Amino acid sequence: MSVATKLEVVDCDIHNAPRSRQALLRYMPARWRAARAGGGRLEAAVEARRETLGDRSYLGGEYPRATPRAARTDAWPPSGDPPASDLQFMREQLLDRYQISYGVLTPMLGAGEQLDLERGAALASAINDWQAAEWLDPEPRLRASINVAYEDGALAAREIHRMASDPRFVQVLLLIRTAEPLGRRKYWPIYEAAVAHDLPVGIHYGGWGRGPITGVGYASYYIEDTVGMATAFADQLTSLVCEGVFERYPALKIVLIEGGIAWLAPLMWRLDRAFALLRAEAPHLTREPSELIREHVWLTTQPIDEPPRATDFAALLAQLGMDDRIMFATDYPHWDFDAPDRALPTGLDRGVRERIMAGNARSLYRLSA
Amino acid sequence: MIDADIHNVVGPIETLEPYLDGHWREVVATSQFAGPTDQAHPPNIATSLRDDLAPQQGTAPGRTVATLRAHVLDPLGVQVAILGCDYGVESVRNPDAAAALATAVNDWQLAEWLAPEPRLRAAIVVAAQQPAAAIAEIERCAGDPRFVAVYLPVRSQIPYGNRIWWPLWEAIERHELVAELHFGGSAGIPPTASGWPTSWLEEYVDMASAFASQLTSLIAEGTLDRFERLRISLIESGFGWLPAFMWRFDKGWRGLRREIPWTRRLPSGYVREHVRVSLQPVDGPPDPTELERVIDQLGSDRMLMFSTDYPHRHSSEGLDAVPAGLPPAAEQRLLDANAREHYRL
Repeated sequence: MSVATKLEVVDCDIHNAPRSRQALLRYMPARWRAARAGGGRLEAAVEARRETLGDRSYLGGEYPRATPRAARTDAWPPSGDPPASDLQFMREQLLDRYQISYGVLTPMLGAGEQLDLERGAALASAINDWQAAEWLDPEPRLRASINVAYEDGALAAREIHRMASDPRFVQVLLLIRTAEPLGRRKYWPIYEAAVAHDLPVGIHYGGWGRGPITGVGYASYYIEDTVGMATAFADQLTSLVCEGVFERYPALKIVLIEGGIAWLAPLMWRLDRAFALLRAEAPHLTREPSELIREHVWLTTQPIDEPPRATDFAALLAQLGMDDRIMFATDYPHWDFDAPDRALPTGLDRGVRERIMAGNARSLYRLSA
Repeated sequence: MIDADIHNVVGPIETLEPYLDGHWREVVATSQFAGPTDQAHPPNIATSLRDDLAPQQGTAPGRTVATLRAHVLDPLGVQVAILGCDYGVESVRNPDAAAALATAVNDWQLAEWLAPEPRLRAAIVVAAQQPAAAIAEIERCAGDPRFVAVYLPVRSQIPYGNRIWWPLWEAIERHELVAELHFGGSAGIPPTASGWPTSWLEEYVDMASAFASQLTSLIAEGTLDRFERLRISLIESGFGWLPAFMWRFDKGWRGLRREIPWTRRLPSGYVREHVRVSLQPVDGPPDPTELERVIDQLGSDRMLMFSTDYPHRHSSEGLDAVPAGLPPAAEQRLLDANAREHYRL
């Protein structure tokens, strides 16, 4: 059964997953496969915890999700395989049901969080090859994100160069919580490689920074983790702006995925005011932060912000002044899924709605009409 | 008119010498120890000192009551100003040293600020990283009604809603003091979820995230359910981010409230009941109409308290920072009544 949505829909955030750890490890070189696959009980433990921790990642920062695998309870395929691991079921539940013309895959499988950076790079390559073989080849509506071991700029750039010749990979994928602020020099090779191939850099909700998940220490609850993610986005964008990354890479395009949108206008006000007072500290910045952000940044909608008054949503879009930069996303199969026919508030200008639901993503990712 | 955020500055450790006991006087005299070295507002940074104060020799702003009178209290006609001394005791690892410094600062505040100037009130400085020591200092000072608040640097090692801090909240509530979450703090952990930013400019902007994280913690942990009479001030937090923060938290709560079943209502309801915010530094939109909209989105005309944040520098100072276009009643509340009620002056 399909729900009639009159507008075209492009979904910019779909979390496909392997049926099992073994299904992904098949794509890894024997060296890494052997190192972990033979682990017996260790492997089982890794399987259970890998969604937040990776194979060997940082300990002590787990916030159990609201549901198993943070998924909609109806997203488990009849086979019993994990949510979003069964392409046919994904077609029925998402792509066909909502008549989605293109969907961008954003698998979050821990490549960037590995403490062993070379293992992270091997895992990233495996994720990318798995996406090409098991998702892009059989389903022409899908596009994919290049996973990278982002804590090592050189290894990440190498993977970008390896994958960039496949036009179905439409962006590089990082997570928003990283070991250092994303404006710092260690990450510059990622931006350089992305710009060289004219690929946007998508930065998605999640990740672990090797320390407390807030600037004031470890929170206690998942609700703090997920509500607080907006602060991670704000702080990272502040770093990218203040370090001069956008001035150094004028063609760089950043896509902030699953951060919502309402936090950004206040951040631009705050940044502009601070810059006016403190610009002596950032002589490399020749333009106002808000101007750089409006030129270089795209946002996805989910989880869509819901001010209590409809007029405040319209005001929010006006304050942002980024109608051509906001892109719809469902976050399928996660529990806080935004449905294409219900996510945006009523009363939006039809042209704006069309751009948000499909047009902006079509332009950015060069999706053919 | 009430000024909810004005700074008295300790300066060199010698200032506190008369108020330290013999042991710590000897330590200061014979060791490298000279009090906190980390400062919320580094001296060479543009935001640390008002432009018009910089050239004046021999009148270090904030170091004497005379400077406060001359620079703020008299020219603005301030009736009551609340001292927030950001001395950085939270950065001192030696717990006894930190507690001794806090005690000395409070005695110095009594003798050199509150006694000579009846328009002043003060926040009790505590070694917040040591809740037991902080509670002892509150018990020692709270009997003096001129102490109206407790100063807590917004950056902590553990979020303030965490149950580790509940004995501290119990003491603050029992003594009917306001808890001031104040810009800054040197907790020793990275100030963002992704490590240490390069520049002060970033830290200054990122401070809003620290305030948001603390509010999230205080509400999610049920601290404001357990201690229902708590009054919280956000000092130098800005407020432009607050509406979007409340929208996001309210939405998250609707989906996840079963994780924190002790919360009884939308997070924005707790904010509006328990929290007041100092005006400076104004971080809202530059357009006055849009700024009015943001203030309206706070959902109450009781949220903002006038402050000079003396001697720190802002894009506009004193009364020029008061948003234009507020209804007269709302402006009066901002200038006076909100802080008067919140601090029970």
